Amino acid sequence: MTSALAPTPAIQRRGLLYRMSRSKSGMAGFVIVLLIIGMTIVAPLVMNHTIAPDPAHAWEGPSGGHLLGTDNSGRDVLKQVLLGGGTVIFVGLGAAAVTTVIAVALGSLAAYLRGWVDSALLQLTDIFMTIPQIVLLAVLGSFFQLTSPILLALLLGSFSWPVLMRSIRAQVLTLKEREFVEAARSLDLGTLRVVFVEIVPNMAGYILINFIIAVTNAIYALVGLYVLGLAPLSGANWGIMIHQAWTYGAIYIASGTPYILAPVFAIALVQLGLVMLTRSLEEVFNPRLAEG
Amino acid sequence: MTTGTASADGTPLLQLDAVEQVFRTKKGDVPAVRGVDLHVNEGEVLCLVGESGCGKTTTARIAAGLAPPTGGRVLYRGRALSEMGSEEKVQYRRGVQFVHQDPYASLNPIRTVFATLAAPLRKHGLATSRKDAWEQACRLLEQVDLRPPENFLSKYPHQLSGGQRQRVAVARALTLKPSLIVADEATSMLDVSIRVGLLKMLSKLRTELGTGFVFITHDLAIARYFGTGGRIAVMYLGRVVEHGLTEEVIENPQHPYTRALLDAVPTMDDDEVGAVAGEARKLRGVDIPSLLALPSGCTFHPRCPLFREGLCDTADPPLEPLAVAGGADRDVSCHVVREAVAEAGRAS
Repeated sequence: MTSALAPTPAIQRRGLLYRMSRSKSGMAGFVIVLLIIGMTIVAPLVMNHTIAPDPAHAWEGPSGGHLLGTDNSGRDVLKQVLLGGGTVIFVGLGAAAVTTVIAVALGSLAAYLRGWVDSALLQLTDIFMTIPQIVLLAVLGSFFQLTSPILLALLLGSFSWPVLMRSIRAQVLTLKEREFVEAARSLDLGTLRVVFVEIVPNMAGYILINFIIAVTNAIYALVGLYVLGLAPLSGANWGIMIHQAWTYGAIYIASGTPYILAPVFAIALVQLGLVMLTRSLEEVFNPRLAEG
Repeated sequence: MTTGTASADGTPLLQLDAVEQVFRTKKGDVPAVRGVDLHVNEGEVLCLVGESGCGKTTTARIAAGLAPPTGGRVLYRGRALSEMGSEEKVQYRRGVQFVHQDPYASLNPIRTVFATLAAPLRKHGLATSRKDAWEQACRLLEQVDLRPPENFLSKYPHQLSGGQRQRVAVARALTLKPSLIVADEATSMLDVSIRVGLLKMLSKLRTELGTGFVFITHDLAIARYFGTGGRIAVMYLGRVVEHGLTEEVIENPQHPYTRALLDAVPTMDDDEVGAVAGEARKLRGVDIPSLLALPSGCTFHPRCPLFREGLCDTADPPLEPLAVAGGADRDVSCHVVREAVAEAGRAS
C-alpha cells in the first residue's frame, strides 16, 4: 500500500524478472522459449549436422537407440527435431522483426503527420491487406529459389505488417494528443525525434507483445509453406519434417507416428511458450493488471 | 518590477491581432475566441483572467503557436507567424515557450529529467556534449529552485511531486532561453501550499532573466500577486471585456463582469468595493451561456446587474478606451459604464 502523498509509480522499477515471475504461466512460457532457443543454438554446436540415412532401420518405432524412432530412410527422428528448430525460429524472429519495424515506422508516421502521408500510407496498407499471402508466396516460390532463410524472413515479414500498422497508428493518434508531445513539438525537437524518441517508446510493451504474436504468426506461415511444399525442401527443419512425413505416408504406419508428431509437438510447444510469455509481459508493462 | 518596454521601434514582442478561433463540432460551430487584440512587450507580464470556458486557454495556445487561429494574426516581433520562413519560425519557437496546466501529463513518463532537459539543448546546439548538457541542466534546475540539481536529474517524473514536476516543466521551457513564457493555469493543479513557492519562483525569473509572461488564471488573487506591475485582461465568452494595469483593474474595476469576479474573491474587508455599490453588483444569473447560442448584443447581458433593456441586448459594446478617474490606459466594453462615466464627466 502506498500513501496518498507518494503517487504510485507508473511502472515499478523493480527487477524485470521479479515482475515477470508474478504470472506463473508467463514465467513457464518464458522458460519454455528460453529452453527451445537454447536448444536450437546448442544442438548444432555439439551434434553432427548430417544424419546418415540407414535404410536397414527405416520406419522403426521408438527404442533405446532411437528414442523417437526413425524416418523413411532410417534417420533418427529425435536428432532431426533437435537440429530442425533453427530455421523455423530464425525465420519467425526475422519475419516478425521486419513486420514490426515496418508497422511501427509507417503506423506512427501516418498518425503523427496525418494529411496526405496518412491517406497514402492507409491506401498502401489496404493494398497489402488484400494480397493473399499464401498465393503470392506460392507464385514467388515457383519463380525464385527461396532457400535463404533471410530472404524467407524478408518475404514473410513484408506482407504481414498491415494489421499491426493500423493498431500502432490508432495508438499514436491518441498518444500524440498528450501534452508531453505538444511540449516536445513546441521545443522544435524535429518530427523524427518526437515520433521515435518521445512517442514510440511509450508503446514499448505493446510493441513487444505484438512482436511476439508476429513471431507465432510467421512460424505458422512458414510451416504452412513447407507443409504445402511451396518452400524449397532443402535442408532439414520441423516444417520439412512434417511435409516429408506426410508425403511418405507416416500416418499410415503405426511406427511412423512419432515422425510426424514430433515436429508438430515441437512447433506447438514453441507457440505455447510464446503465447504464455506475452501474458507475463502484459503484466510487466501494465502494472494495473499486476495489482489484481 | 518594471512595466516592460516595447522595443526601440515600438513593436511589441508578441501581438494578437483580431484573433479568432472557431471549433467545428457536430452540434455546430463553437466560437471559442471571438476577435481578441492583445500585446505583450519585452519583459512584461500580461494576465488573462476569466471563468473556465471563456477562451483564455485557447487564446494562450494560439499565442504560443500550438494552434493556428481560424481568423486574425499572431505577430512575433512585428512579423506574422503565417508569413514566417523556416528560419524565422525557429526563432519564434525558441522565443516563445508554453507551460502546461497539468505537470502530470506534460512530462514524458518514460524519460528522466535529464533526458527531458537535454533534448532541446542538444537539438538546438546549445550544449555541445553530454557533460555540457548535464551542467546546463543543473543550472536550469537551480533556476527553478530544485536543489541539489544532481538529485533530480536522474529521476523519472513519477518519482517527483506535483510541484517538483511543474518546476521541471518550467525548467524545460527555459532551456531555449525564451523571451516569453505562456503559462496556462500553471499553478491550478498544485496544492495551495506549493502554489506560492512556484509563483515566487516565476516572479524571480521575471526579474532575473527579464522573461515576459502571458499568465492564464481563473484566480484573481494569483493574477494580482503575479501580475504586479503588468497588465490584466479579463475575458468573457471569447472576448476581452476589460483590459488595463493590474493594480488599477483590481482596485477599481469598471466592467460589471470584472466586479463580479472580484466579488467572488472572499475578502475580510467588505468595504473594498468599486463604483457601483450594493444590490446592483449581484449577478442576475450564474449560468454561463452556451457558445453555440450566444446572447444577442452584449453577451454578458443575461447575467449583468447593470442590464438595460433595449440597449445591452441589441448592440454589441466595443472594447474602447475609457477615461477612468485617476487611472490611465483602460479599455472596457460596456454600454452602461461608458454612459455613466460620460455623465460624470459632464457633471464635473
